[in-house]
Amino acid sequence: MISPRARAAASSANSPATDSRSSTDVLVVDGACVRLGGREVLHDIRFSLGSGQFVGLIGSNGAGKTTLLRVILGLQALAAGHVSIAGLSTAAGRKLVGYVPQKIQLDADMPVRARDLVGLGLDGNRLGIPLPSRRRAALVDEMLAAVDADKFAGRRVGSLSGGEQQRVMIAHALISKPRLLLLDEPLANLDIRSAQEIIALLAKVSTQHQVSVLISAHDMNPLLPVMDRIVYMAAGQAASGPTEQVVRGDVLSRLYGSHVDVINVHGRVLVVAGTGEGLEVPAEPDDAGVSVDPGHDLHQADPS
Amino acid sequence: MSDPLGLIFAPGFFESSPVQAALIAGGIAALVSGVVGAFTVLRGQSYAGHALADISVTGGSASFLIGISPLWGFAGTGVFAAGVMDMIGVRKPRGRDLATGIVRGAGLGLAALFLYWDATTTNTSGVAITVLFGSPFTISNGVIPLVAALSIVALGIVLVGYRPLLLSSVNSDLAVARGIPVRLVGLACLIAIALAVALSALTIGTILSTALLVGPAATALRLTSRPGWATALAGLIAVAATWLGIVLAYDSFTWPPKHHGWPVSFFVVALIFAGYLLAQLAGRDPGRRQER
Repeated sequence: MISPRARAAASSANSPATDSRSSTDVLVVDGACVRLGGREVLHDIRFSLGSGQFVGLIGSNGAGKTTLLRVILGLQALAAGHVSIAGLSTAAGRKLVGYVPQKIQLDADMPVRARDLVGLGLDGNRLGIPLPSRRRAALVDEMLAAVDADKFAGRRVGSLSGGEQQRVMIAHALISKPRLLLLDEPLANLDIRSAQEIIALLAKVSTQHQVSVLISAHDMNPLLPVMDRIVYMAAGQAASGPTEQVVRGDVLSRLYGSHVDVINVHGRVLVVAGTGEGLEVPAEPDDAGVSVDPGHDLHQADPS
Repeated sequence: MSDPLGLIFAPGFFESSPVQAALIAGGIAALVSGVVGAFTVLRGQSYAGHALADISVTGGSASFLIGISPLWGFAGTGVFAAGVMDMIGVRKPRGRDLATGIVRGAGLGLAALFLYWDATTTNTSGVAITVLFGSPFTISNGVIPLVAALSIVALGIVLVGYRPLLLSSVNSDLAVARGIPVRLVGLACLIAIALAVALSALTIGTILSTALLVGPAATALRLTSRPGWATALAGLIAVAATWLGIVLAYDSFTWPPKHHGWPVSFFVVALIFAGYLLAQLAGRDPGRRQER
C-alpha cells in the first residue's frame, strides 16, 4: 500500500503544470468566495485534495476555517466560485464526506453510549427505530476497534475524556465509508499526548480506509510530520501547496498583508508578526511552487 | 385474608366505568409522556415542556367556556404555542429561553382571563381545579378516541423520527452534516412534547403534567445508558406510576380526613418522585459504567 505522503509526492512530482483536474481529486475548491452581511469572509480560495491526502487547514481564529468547512459541507452558499466533491456538487457529494465538528456537548447523564453514536454514523439519517442487526453491530464493533475505542464502547459519550470523544467522533464519521474526512479543530482542548494519539490515528485511518483528510487547526506543528500539504488561511484568504513552499516569510507576508517571519526552532515552526519596519512585500515573487495544486491555475494569495 | 388482592384493589375498582376510562386514558397519556419525555430531557427542553404545560391552561380554561372537551383546548394551544416558539427561535440556547418565556407569559395572561370567566359566567364549579390538577375520574369514554389519536401522532413522531431526533439531540452540527433537517425535527419534537403534556394534563392536570414528562425520563436515564431502553423504560415507569396512582386514589376514598378521596395527581407525582430517589440511591454512577 502506498502511503498518502508517497502518493502525494508522486502526484506533485509528475504534474507540474498540466491542465485538467485529475480524476483522483476528492475535493476541488475553485475560487470560493463567501460574503456574510456584506463582508467578504472568504476570498478566492483555491486548493484541491487528492485521494488519500492528509491536508492541514491552518489559521488563527476568525481566519475563515470553519466557514470553509461549512462551504464544503454544503451548508454555506458561495458568492462566487465552485466546490466539488469527487466531481459532484456539495449536495450530491454529501454522502462521501465524514464530518467531525468542533466539540460535542453532551452531559454525562445522557443515555448515549459510544457505540450508539457510532451506529448513528451508519444510519442516523434514516427514519424508524434501528432494528437489532448482527451486521450493523459487527460494523460498529469493527469501526470502534479501528479507532481503539473498544475499551469504552459501552460508556456514555458524555463521560468520556476529550481524546476518547474524538475517537468516537472519528469512528462516527468514518463508518459511512466517506472519501473525505473533515475535522474542525479536533486537537483543541486536548492535552499534548492525546493530540499526538489522535494525529497518529488519523494518519493510520487515512491510509487504511483510503480517505482524504482535511483537518483544521490553529497550530500546524503537531501536524507537520503527517501533513502532505497545507492550506494556510488568514483574513479569509488562503495559500496552499506543499508545506515547505507555503510556510515561508514571503508567502505568508503577502497573505497577511504585513511582514511576518517564519522561524524554525528545533523542527517547530513559529510564525511571528514583524515589527512593521522594513515591510517588504515581494512584488514579483518567484514562488510558483505555491500553486494551489499541480494542474491548477496559479494561486495568488494576494488578489492584486 | 381470603382475598389479598382485595386489600390493594378496593371493591368495585375494575367494574367502575370512570375507573376504566381513567386507566385507559391515563395509561395511554402516561406512555406518551414517558417516551416523549426521554427526548425532552435528552434535548434539554424541560423548560419548554414546562412552558407548554402552562400555556395549555389557556386552552383548557377556554374549552369550558365554549363547551368542548378540555383535551381539545390543551392540545390546540400547546401545538400552536410550539409553532410560535419555533418561529421566535427555540433553536438557539438564548433564543430558546426567550421564546419560551414570552409565549408562556402571553398564554398565562389569557388563562387568567379565561379562568376568571369560567368562575363567574359558567355554572361548572371547580374548573380551575380540573384544569390545574386534573380529574381522571371525570374523563368520559367519548374522549378516548381523541386520546388515542393524539397519542398515535406524538408516539409516531418519536418512533418514526427516532434516529434523526437522537442524532440532532446529541449534536445538531452532526445532524446537519448528514442532511437532516434539524429545524423540522426540532419543531416535530416540540409538537410531540405539546401533545404529551396535553394528554397528561387531562389526567393529572396542567400544573403537574411536566412531572410525568420529566420525572420518569430522569429516572430511566439513571438506570440505563442505552437510548432505546431509556425511552421504553421511561414510558413503563410513567404508566406504572399512573396506574398505581389511580389505584391508590380509588382506595383513598375510605381514608381520612374526610372520606372524599385524595387526588390522583398527588399519588402519581409522589410515586414518580419516590422512584427517582430510589434510582438515585440504588444506581452507581451510570457515566462510569460499561453497557454492552
